[in-house]
Amino acid sequence: MNLHLKVWRQKDAKSPGQLVPIEARNIPEDASFLEMLDIVNDDLTVKGEEPIAFDHDCREGICGTCSLSINGLPHGPSETTTCQLYMRKFKDGETIHVEPFRAKTFPVVRDLIVDRSAFDRIQQAGGFITARAGSAQDANCLPVPKVAADAAMEAAACIGCGACVAACPNASAMLFVGAKVSHLALLPQGQAERTSRALKMVRTMDEEGFGNCSNYLECEAVCPADIPASVIARLNREYTVASCKDAVC
Amino acid sequence: MSAVLDSKIPTGPLSQKWEKHKFESKLINPANRRKYEIIVVGSGLAGASAAASLGEMGYKVKCFCYQDSPRRAHSIAAQGGINAAKNYQNDGDSVQRLFYDTIKGGDFRSREANVYRLAEVSAAIIDQCVAQGVPFAREYGGLLANRSFGGAQVSRTFYARGQTGQQLLLGAYSALNRQIAEKTVEMFPRTEMLDVVLVDGHAKGIVVRDMVTGAITSHAADAVLLCTGGYGNVFYLSTNAKGCNVTASWRAYKRGALMANPCYTQIHPTCIPVAGDFQSKLTLMSESLRNDGRVWVPKKKGDNRKPHEIPDAERDYYLERKYPSFGNLAPRDISSRSAKEACDDGRGVGPGGLGVYLDFADAIKRLSEPTVRERYGNLFDMYHQITGENAYQQPMRIYPAVHYTMGGLWVDYDLMSNIPGLFVLGEANFSDHGANRLGASALMQGLADGYFVLPYTIGNYLAPQIGKRPTTDREEFKRTEADVRARTNRLLSIKGKRTVDHFHRELGRIMWDYCGMARSEKSLQRALAQIPPLREEFWKNVNVPGEGEALNVSLEKAGRVADFLEFGELLCLDAFERRESCGGHFREEFQYPDGEAKRDDTNFQHVAAWGFNGEGEKPTRNVEPLVFEEVHPSVRSYK
Ligand SMILES: Cc1cc2nc3c(=O)[nH]c(=O)nc-3n(C[C@H](O)[C@H](O)[C@H](O)COP(=O)(O)OP(=O)(O)OC[C@H]3O[C@@H](n4cnc5c(N)ncnc54)[C@H](O)[C@@H]3O)c2cc1C
Ligand code: FES
Repeated sequence: MNLHLKVWRQKDAKSPGQLVPIEARNIPEDASFLEMLDIVNDDLTVKGEEPIAFDHDCREGICGTCSLSINGLPHGPSETTTCQLYMRKFKDGETIHVEPFRAKTFPVVRDLIVDRSAFDRIQQAGGFITARAGSAQDANCLPVPKVAADAAMEAAACIGCGACVAACPNASAMLFVGAKVSHLALLPQGQAERTSRALKMVRTMDEEGFGNCSNYLECEAVCPADIPASVIARLNREYTVASCKDAVC
Repeated sequence: MSAVLDSKIPTGPLSQKWEKHKFESKLINPANRRKYEIIVVGSGLAGASAAASLGEMGYKVKCFCYQDSPRRAHSIAAQGGINAAKNYQNDGDSVQRLFYDTIKGGDFRSREANVYRLAEVSAAIIDQCVAQGVPFAREYGGLLANRSFGGAQVSRTFYARGQTGQQLLLGAYSALNRQIAEKTVEMFPRTEMLDVVLVDGHAKGIVVRDMVTGAITSHAADAVLLCTGGYGNVFYLSTNAKGCNVTASWRAYKRGALMANPCYTQIHPTCIPVAGDFQSKLTLMSESLRNDGRVWVPKKKGDNRKPHEIPDAERDYYLERKYPSFGNLAPRDISSRSAKEACDDGRGVGPGGLGVYLDFADAIKRLSEPTVRERYGNLFDMYHQITGENAYQQPMRIYPAVHYTMGGLWVDYDLMSNIPGLFVLGEANFSDHGANRLGASALMQGLADGYFVLPYTIGNYLAPQIGKRPTTDREEFKRTEADVRARTNRLLSIKGKRTVDHFHRELGRIMWDYCGMARSEKSLQRALAQIPPLREEFWKNVNVPGEGEALNVSLEKAGRVADFLEFGELLCLDAFERRESCGGHFREEFQYPDGEAKRDDTNFQHVAAWGFNGEGEKPTRNVEPLVFEEVHPSVRSYK
């Protein structure tokens, strides 16, 4: 199949960017979206032009690196990540807009690559349980009810891609933060730092400039890891309780 | 030049070596630790766990990775699980049994002492991960659940859905984050290590390229840890992430580190077959599918009827036929080779005849579709996503793919290479899996190295090094930086006609055809004849557009492929010189009449560790004999 691409090209963080028309020719239906871009890049390179820069690594939907907005939708018209999107979802001759994830907290680095280091900083603020290597007790000394373990796993499955932020009209990171706070709050191991974790992560999220949640729930709709919006409700609860405790102490 | 390989295995009975060694190892007092700086290259399971643990101990650590975040290291993709000798199922597991299974699984080509230590520390890994909040699968009573995995008769595998690697890595990442917040660890994402710097023969720093700005700079340290993963992408197509590379190891090799057993590569039997030339990577389908799926090909050559049109009598369920007691659950290397044989025989299915069926029709009849859906639903969905086919209605097509590399930089018992101060952890070293790795043991090894082995052993090197850290003003740093710049400029200046991927694909084809699932003297000679001209053409005709002082994806790839083009040759040379079959290394000349691998313990019960002798010179094959005190090497049988 042949496709008309409109691709965001931007030299670096400081330069302005624009949508550039690029033709994608002879694309097999069985190719993935990123393999389609590989083919386009091969053509560009042979012509002596610079290939389109985009982020990717595992190409299996688990590392969270790929981050394209396709026709305005983070990860495009599939329920998974960009790398798991296949060209058979498109029609021959279609025009496709390819842009980076859009959010003020994710500045463009080049072309389709954005800087998501704000996510790391939020995790550094409190997304952990203090457990020095060598200090752990036997794992089965602390039984965890299966229901709690399963719910924790559901939240822990977040791949940190940032589609939730890119989809949200407010660029809110509540789904991302809620996933980590829920994961750790649901486990007995996570109790000691439960209060400080919620406070620190939310504060850092605000400082980084992510917006508030006003329940559009676009985040849940685009999440390739199926993180449920209920983690946002839990985050709100955790944060409220933590703020009260903080105020009293 | 041949090197003396001192593995520094402690004396005494096998079961007491590690305790004894820990006791005898040098300690560094807490006040002095902050005077040391340690570089950790890599943030996968091995790197993140090492960096976090060293930070917790009070060392000053710098950690580097090429992804935009340490959380995205390739370890994230591991699916199946992690082994540990916990014996939680009370089914007779023990340190001794995990040790034995690993040695046997590796076809008696690994060091007893290292493997024993791995089994010994395995239990502490699970404790550590649970304490961090890793949500392993649990039973209704709240205790940890286990599953069994290939090559073992006990249930010792811990798992978190089909995302065990993800959860373990996120656990290590969280420990790393805590140290970054405490400022004991400084993190450098999107930073690629391009060389190691030796000062007076010791590894005292690295040269890196900032992948956003293109700036090339140096970092000095008291010791350097390479935790940079495996080299499976030398085959171009593999289940590894696209960025996985051999560059860090290869640069170290060219500075004098020994490369051990590069020919030990693992090919996983159940991956989604190649769909066309555009294919960029291969996707693993969990081995667990073989519990209920039946593997078959048509009996007749070139039979291109649809699978449901082929009656049972005209199908060859070859694994069940050849290995009646293990059937569809035969070990990885054996299943992979059998699939290749069927396809070589002209009985493969799907595009190009490079595939075999994995059929669930009987399982669906026996168990009902909802039960099969419950067990494997996510895998069937993934298969559908990629191939567009519905595996509830027609058999899956699968084919083997390169998955893991057992070879790597040579290390001693302390995980130090032959270059003092240069340590190698995780898949990047050669240490524990011999010629074949058992499922769920790579995650175990990466975390063992990082949490529980290196933090103790590094003291032996560091103690006498106090105050010896050079600054980056030294001549050695300037010279190495200049080398890196020259190489980068050379790549950029060629502006030839072919893309980097073209050369990578071509190298992959040579490697896979001549040094893949089966190797022979002839095929390896062919590979050894074809790689040098390809490399030459690369340096004349590759096109790397753009500039060095900017984010340049082609330049990153070009550097890695240039190294693969050299490394691939060494891999083939190692395969050529190892005139026996063992584990993942199958030489067609060396097999029993029934097609099983034939080891040669008299001549090859050793580690081959290659030393660089200069460009264009033949490398030296050094030998470390493997001494077995506890187990007796026998013929592996899975019939
Ligand atoms: C699909 C798949 C499934 C698997 N499933 C299992 C399983 O179920 N159980 C099991 O035990 N094993 C499994 N494995 C194997 C296992 O995942 C790996 O062996 C293991 O995770 C490797 O960990 P590592 O820390 O050594 O390296 P990696 O996780 O590969 O990390 C390498 C790190 O080094 C960095 N790096 C590399 N080169 C450079 C450079 N030049 N400069 C800077 N940084 C660099 C990278 O950025 C990365 O951070 C699987 C492997 C694959 C491919
Ligand atoms: S590349 Fe890893 S999730 Fe898409």
